[in-house]
Amino acid sequence: MAEIAIRNIVKTFTDRQRDQDVLAVDNVSLTIRDNDFVCLLGPSGCGKSTLLNMIAGFETPTSGRIEVAGQIVEKPGADRGVVFQQPTLMPWLTVAENVAFHLKLKGLGRAERRAQAQAFIDLVGLTGFEGHYPSELSGGMNQRVGIARALLMNPRVILMDEPFAALDAQTKIEMQEELVRIWERIRCTIVFVTHSVDEALVLGTRIAVMTRRPGRIREAFDFDLPRPRDVTSPAFNDAKRNVLGLIREEATRIRHAA
Amino acid sequence: MQTASERLRAAFFPNLRWVLTKIERIAVPLLLVAVWEAFSRSGALPQALLPPPSAVLHALGDWMFGIDGSAQDYSGTWLRNALASTMRVAAGFAIAAALGIVLGTAIGWSRAIEATVEPTLQMLRPIPPVSWIPLAIIWFGIADRPAIFLVFLGAFFPVLMNTIHGVKAIDRNLIRAGAMMGASERQLLTDIVVPAALPSIFAGLRIAVGSAWMLTVTAEMVAVKSGVGYVLWDSYYFLRYDMVIAAMVSIGLLGFLSDYGIKLLMARVLRWQRTTVRRGA
Ligand SMILES: Nc1ncnc2c1ncn2[C@@H]1O[C@H](COP(=O)(O)OP(=O)(O)OP(=O)(O)O)[C@@H](O)[C@H]1O
Ligand SMILES: [Mg+2]
Repeated sequence: MAEIAIRNIVKTFTDRQRDQDVLAVDNVSLTIRDNDFVCLLGPSGCGKSTLLNMIAGFETPTSGRIEVAGQIVEKPGADRGVVFQQPTLMPWLTVAENVAFHLKLKGLGRAERRAQAQAFIDLVGLTGFEGHYPSELSGGMNQRVGIARALLMNPRVILMDEPFAALDAQTKIEMQEELVRIWERIRCTIVFVTHSVDEALVLGTRIAVMTRRPGRIREAFDFDLPRPRDVTSPAFNDAKRNVLGLIREEATRIRHAA
Repeated sequence: MQTASERLRAAFFPNLRWVLTKIERIAVPLLLVAVWEAFSRSGALPQALLPPPSAVLHALGDWMFGIDGSAQDYSGTWLRNALASTMRVAAGFAIAAALGIVLGTAIGWSRAIEATVEPTLQMLRPIPPVSWIPLAIIWFGIADRPAIFLVFLGAFFPVLMNTIHGVKAIDRNLIRAGAMMGASERQLLTDIVVPAALPSIFAGLRIAVGSAWMLTVTAEMVAVKSGVGYVLWDSYYFLRYDMVIAAMVSIGLLGFLSDYGIKLLMARVLRWQRTTVRRGA
């Protein structure tokens, strides 16, 4: 069953100050199955965040439609957890309260919130920082709070916008492994935006390669290399060569067109 | 291992530095008071026109504690007058804060409310609150109410403007994060918009408490028969300039204390800012 159906999405931003339209996403169609781990791979400014924001319900498409679990997306909702490109935490709340914010909105008491949040705080490796404020943590730690916050909602779909971009190499690898473990356990659908070929191939069961702006899907393919994935294995390198080839082809095409 | 001299320095130097910074802070005010005392006693001006600090302190002491009756009618009445003024400030300020925060949030959040309400408020804003005094007197008579009304006018706009600014400056993604976690529009306002605007709201409250004292004193000079401002103006009629200055000092003290109170509240409520504040300070 199609968990997320993206049908002929076009997004134009109207720039009122400069009186011109920016075509950010150009006729994107993509079908994402239940329990897929999709990596949206594309260069900076190609419309990855814009596409993700439309799935989240933050932006409305100029034309086309997006369905999640058969429902047309009209507004944001707790069925779709979002991990933002910037951590986007409430600076006046502690780590524990940020993670449990969804429960507060549902009207749960403090003790209950605290108890439920703890498991997710432990999961992202922030045990001991429950009472800290975001301004007292590093960028990478804040990003992990954002991940815990999305996981706690137990959403059908998790949308992640380059969540590990700010992390150091070692923490990044740990977090990637942890994310795969979580995904295998809770069986949700993940759309993961990245511009790193390696990251996409380490994580994804399905890779969608986007073109430069205006963003289109250059190619989408299933990728079922068994886990744990060894980034130095021949199979991994074959896949990487293939993806890099797609990107290079695209670059040449643009150069020739210019 | 510490050497003996290091231990000595550790034992004395922090205290020495502490004493030095204290001296640094009070040196200039002390000098000014000393110069004022000397000038006033030198006879360059008649002492009645510029009473020396010692005379002011004397008047203030009697006004506060009724020591020797030198403050005449006002001997021992300080607390009563200070309370009268403080009540007016508190009442006008509380109404202004409540209305300013609610209306400011609504204007900052909703385009429709902004379009319908804001132009009117912007037209009223440039009218100095003191120019409302005649209307305040004919509407509310001579008592607490015109004073509270003026205090409200003076305190309302700083709170309103700062709240609007705070609400408009919120990171759009913070609202999105709230909506993503299932917040209703009301929850967005109470749980995200207002807390996020609090630093800006507090900046407005601090300006507002300053205007509140300014307008209480003004109102008491013209429209009320009690309070520190009334004592100030009445003493002026009776040529008691020592009392005039004592009243000025009292107003300064009360204004300082109310600002300090807000600062304490702010430090509590904006506890989460402490690291950024420390870094910025
Ligand atoms: N609110 C907006 N108004 C106008 N133009 C916008 C807006 N948001 C995005 N754009 C434009 O749309 C294009 C795609 O932006 P988007 O943020 O989706 O890129 P991205 O693929 O996420 O890039 P990055 O990897 O750098 O985050 C950009 O060229 C940007 O200029
Ligand atoms: Mg982006």
